[in-house]
Amino acid sequence: MAEEIRLAQPKEYYRAFLEKEVRPDDRELGEFRPTVLNIGCVSTAEGSSLVKLGNTTVMCGIKAEVAEPRYGRPTEGYIVPNVELSPLSSPNFRPGPPPEQAQVLSQNMVDFLDTSQCIKLDSLCISSGKLVWVLYIDLVCLDYDGNVMDACTLALMAALKNTSLPVVTVDEDTGDVKTHLSTHSSLSVDSCPVSTTFIVFDNTVLLVDPTREEELLATGAVTVVTEGDNLCSVYKPGGSPLTDEQVEMCVERAFVRGKEATALITDTLCSIDR
Amino acid sequence: MASFIVLTEEQQRLQREAPPEAVLRCLTSELGCLTRQDGSASLSQGDTTVTAVAYGPAEVRMARERIDRATVEVVYKPKVGLPRPVDRKKENIIRNTLESAIMGSAHPRSAISVIIQETEDLGSNLACCINAACLALLDAAVGLNFMVAAVASAVMEDGKIVTDPEKKVEEKAVAVMTFVFESVDHKLVSVLTYGKFTQEQYKVCRDLCRQTAQSVFAFYRESLEKKLLKTV
Repeated sequence: MAEEIRLAQPKEYYRAFLEKEVRPDDRELGEFRPTVLNIGCVSTAEGSSLVKLGNTTVMCGIKAEVAEPRYGRPTEGYIVPNVELSPLSSPNFRPGPPPEQAQVLSQNMVDFLDTSQCIKLDSLCISSGKLVWVLYIDLVCLDYDGNVMDACTLALMAALKNTSLPVVTVDEDTGDVKTHLSTHSSLSVDSCPVSTTFIVFDNTVLLVDPTREEELLATGAVTVVTEGDNLCSVYKPGGSPLTDEQVEMCVERAFVRGKEATALITDTLCSIDR
Repeated sequence: MASFIVLTEEQQRLQREAPPEAVLRCLTSELGCLTRQDGSASLSQGDTTVTAVAYGPAEVRMARERIDRATVEVVYKPKVGLPRPVDRKKENIIRNTLESAIMGSAHPRSAISVIIQETEDLGSNLACCINAACLALLDAAVGLNFMVAAVASAVMEDGKIVTDPEKKVEEKAVAVMTFVFESVDHKLVSVLTYGKFTQEQYKVCRDLCRQTAQSVFAFYRESLEKKLLKTV
């Protein structure tokens, strides 16, 4: 019977649960799904990671290439993140050009890296005015069960911390470029920003880490990015209006999650030997 | 054609009296600046200028039809070139914001489209876009749950806070935050931030922007009053 109600009247079904301050998947309102992190799973990439947030699965691979720096910015490399939401991950996506959601997510990743300054673009410089590193960050969603934003940012940070680049030297006189494939240096990642997403149900109840089903019923969403004790971003693209207390509650919860996620990344990095 | 330019005295008085940080640049609007649309508005905040038009309720494409409410479509046109992911994100934020403002359930199976053309971006562009879109919807007499007012603020290196920053100030700022408030309970509808900041700075900016948003609402009222007086 419960399954029929869930299909026919999903809102009513959720309301019955939320009245008792619990969600249909046994979680509390402020509880994340179990997070599984695997770092360095793609051996052909410079850095990689796989994140599972409940059923949501996102894989991240970082490829590095050398290129000429942009005119006027001789010492800055580039970072090009791209999020792919293919039909593989959910029936909601069709083959063809990237859907709007994927474009917005990609832009969110660009802003996430820009704002948090976790990678100094100057550190990607090989030879000023001649050669810089370009990092192509590909985030592929394999299973879409909601909250892809948080899964993407976690995968992105884990993969960046795992990235090591071969040492490249440029001969000053002859201009010859030499790559030392046997020696690697790891990328300097200065900070570890973490994002936490909430949805608003029925204009009032806030749920952290929504599943796909919850996202469909949501009347709004909030994403908070924290980095240590600072905020990197509070992002609420429309939806039902919230009071200041509600937003502050989200921020408080995000700080707790920030510590958890940072610890998870550090622990996983320690447990793999590179 | 009902078109005119409003340069409110009330606005200027508010600007003089408010503490130095809670000031908006000079607001100018022209409602019904175009003739073939259901509603149109051109809004300048200082030198940042945006033209927005609204159509609706109109026919909706089958694939986008919703049986219980109106579909809100927003197109953002940058000044030069094709829309990039940056513009898509902007479009997405504006659409979600307007979706909550528009009384969608009054027009099921129809579309309400808003087209926004950037004319000049000299700071606080997103805020100007949202305000212009709201004015266009008011001009088109689309039913709204509440009006929305957007205000941007910038945190400078020395901790000073500037509301409605110019482009030059935005570039120098440590953090730029854009807040959108609704007109009924003044709750927060949208927020977009850029740069690192503390919780304390966030609260100060939010309260300042909320205060400044009141003058935007006053400006909406005045613009509409002038337009209606003109048509009578």
